[in-house]
Amino acid sequence: MSAHTTELVVFILLFVLVSGMGFVASRWRRPTDLASLNEWGLGGRSFGSWVTWFLIGGDLYTAYTFVAVPALVFSAGALGFYALPYTVVVYPLVFLVLARMWSVSHVHGFVTPADFVRARFGSPTLALAIAITGLVATMPYIALQLVGIEAVLKAMGITGHLPIIIAFAILAAYTYQSGLRAPALIAFVKDALIYIVILAAVIYIPAQLGGWDSIFDAAKAKFDATPAPGDGFILNAGNQLQYVTLAFGSALALFLYPHSLTGVLASKNRNVIKRNMSALPAYSLVLGLIALLGFMAIAAGTKPVVGENGKADTNTIVPMLFDQMFPDWFTGVAYAAVGIGALVPAAIMSIAAANLFTRNIYREYINKNATDAQEAGVSKIVSLVVKVGAVLCILMLDPQFSIDLQLIGGVVILQTLPSVALGLYTRWFHKGGLLAGWAAGLAAGMWMLYLIPNPANGKQHFGGSAFGLSNLGFDTKMTIYAGFLALAVNLVVAALGTLLFRALKVADGEDATTRDDYFADEGDPKVKDLDLTGSH
Amino acid sequence: MTTGDPGRPRTDRSPWNWLLVVPIVLPLLTFLYNADEPRLLGFPLFYWLQIAFIVVGVVTTTIVYRMTK
Repeated sequence: MSAHTTELVVFILLFVLVSGMGFVASRWRRPTDLASLNEWGLGGRSFGSWVTWFLIGGDLYTAYTFVAVPALVFSAGALGFYALPYTVVVYPLVFLVLARMWSVSHVHGFVTPADFVRARFGSPTLALAIAITGLVATMPYIALQLVGIEAVLKAMGITGHLPIIIAFAILAAYTYQSGLRAPALIAFVKDALIYIVILAAVIYIPAQLGGWDSIFDAAKAKFDATPAPGDGFILNAGNQLQYVTLAFGSALALFLYPHSLTGVLASKNRNVIKRNMSALPAYSLVLGLIALLGFMAIAAGTKPVVGENGKADTNTIVPMLFDQMFPDWFTGVAYAAVGIGALVPAAIMSIAAANLFTRNIYREYINKNATDAQEAGVSKIVSLVVKVGAVLCILMLDPQFSIDLQLIGGVVILQTLPSVALGLYTRWFHKGGLLAGWAAGLAAGMWMLYLIPNPANGKQHFGGSAFGLSNLGFDTKMTIYAGFLALAVNLVVAALGTLLFRALKVADGEDATTRDDYFADEGDPKVKDLDLTGSH
Repeated sequence: MTTGDPGRPRTDRSPWNWLLVVPIVLPLLTFLYNADEPRLLGFPLFYWLQIAFIVVGVVTTTIVYRMTK
């Protein structure tokens, strides 16, 4: 314990500073009234390019990413680097899509992706399916942020759950008070710390380890020596398709997550979004460098913390590397960066989850005439409930369960793509077809994930996302990202279902949006009342 | 905020948008980068070329943003 005193002091100081900022944030860009989802949940929809850049960056590149991506590179090698092409592909991919989503949400006052689906396809049932999918995908993601903090605490020799409960209680309190303004303000500190730590790491650590050449050679030697088929210093014939489909599938999924959309809808106009799509890759560079920390850990001979159950926790590999390489005070800064890196996304995710509940369950099924103030009140309470749920997840279940759920979450959220993303471009799909496709995609995805074992930790099911094509009768060792195949099933069923429902002349929902809504910008007239028409 | 001609509906179509295809497709072509040699500053091809794709992404999205705003 005493060996980590300096680290702990620096960590706590920075944590307290940031918590103070979280409470003060309610006065930042103070509106006349915080009691509406526009203000509490979307920061007044007024953020400019800089705030949006920090907010979305702080939202997407989470503490778990910083901990898990290098851990994957450490244990599997090249495959873990998929995070880089993933974040290169995503921004040009959503460049036009998000601008449309912003416009139609601006005109109609949408707060969640399910709000859009409700109005576009006139189906509360489809909207409910989208909302629940979003909730299921987001909840384990929040729990995983705790895993990120826990990895840092473990590396400082702190065991027990009390520190995490305290950290989340503080987070819950300032999110309750300040809404989206809290993570937006804290994101500045989080990103500044992350950039400082990573710059220091990629300059200082290679110098200590004899340069990049020897780091890569050490990694090559390690993977050449292991017989496992899935790992390697570069990709092999079996996992190239997995690498590409995982990168592309993850890119498709990223902005379907409700919390990513929260950051987008909080920006003040279309150009803020487009400009950010060309500025956000700065984070991809950082992510690529963070991934390589896994190789540095190999070269430095870093050993992960061994848990009470006797199993090594590879998620502690980066904290242990910092502890080994950096002076104590700077290790404290690095740990604080990871810890605060967990708070920003956890706050945004809980706000997004709360908004989904309020808009698409409370308003739809419990109180149809909810006022703005009632909506904000419900969201604030739900954001607390969501965080308590996340803490309970970590306290009562094996953290591995959250990791599995997060893996499932990516496959699950992809199934909202036809309704949410394609819905921005075409109204061709029938609401019944979309619902059938969603159900079929989910079923196919679950079935594939169930069949995937993980020989590394002896799990029989839900052991990863690499689905062997041999399961489908192909004579090959090739694997593919399960979410990608599930989405293909979804699209085929949605298209066939649409043709079938049309042929049977089943009534379709009303479209409450018009063509021009998709290109509206700041200052254009809005629809005052929500066009939430249609039958169940 | 330009409202344009009243007769012409607004659109997000532009030939410049096709540039966005480049950074979407390039990182998915593993045969371009799945090798150790040639190394650059100690980085194997697999790692430095994929990091270089970030620059391609930034340049193309910036061009499209400037040309269509």
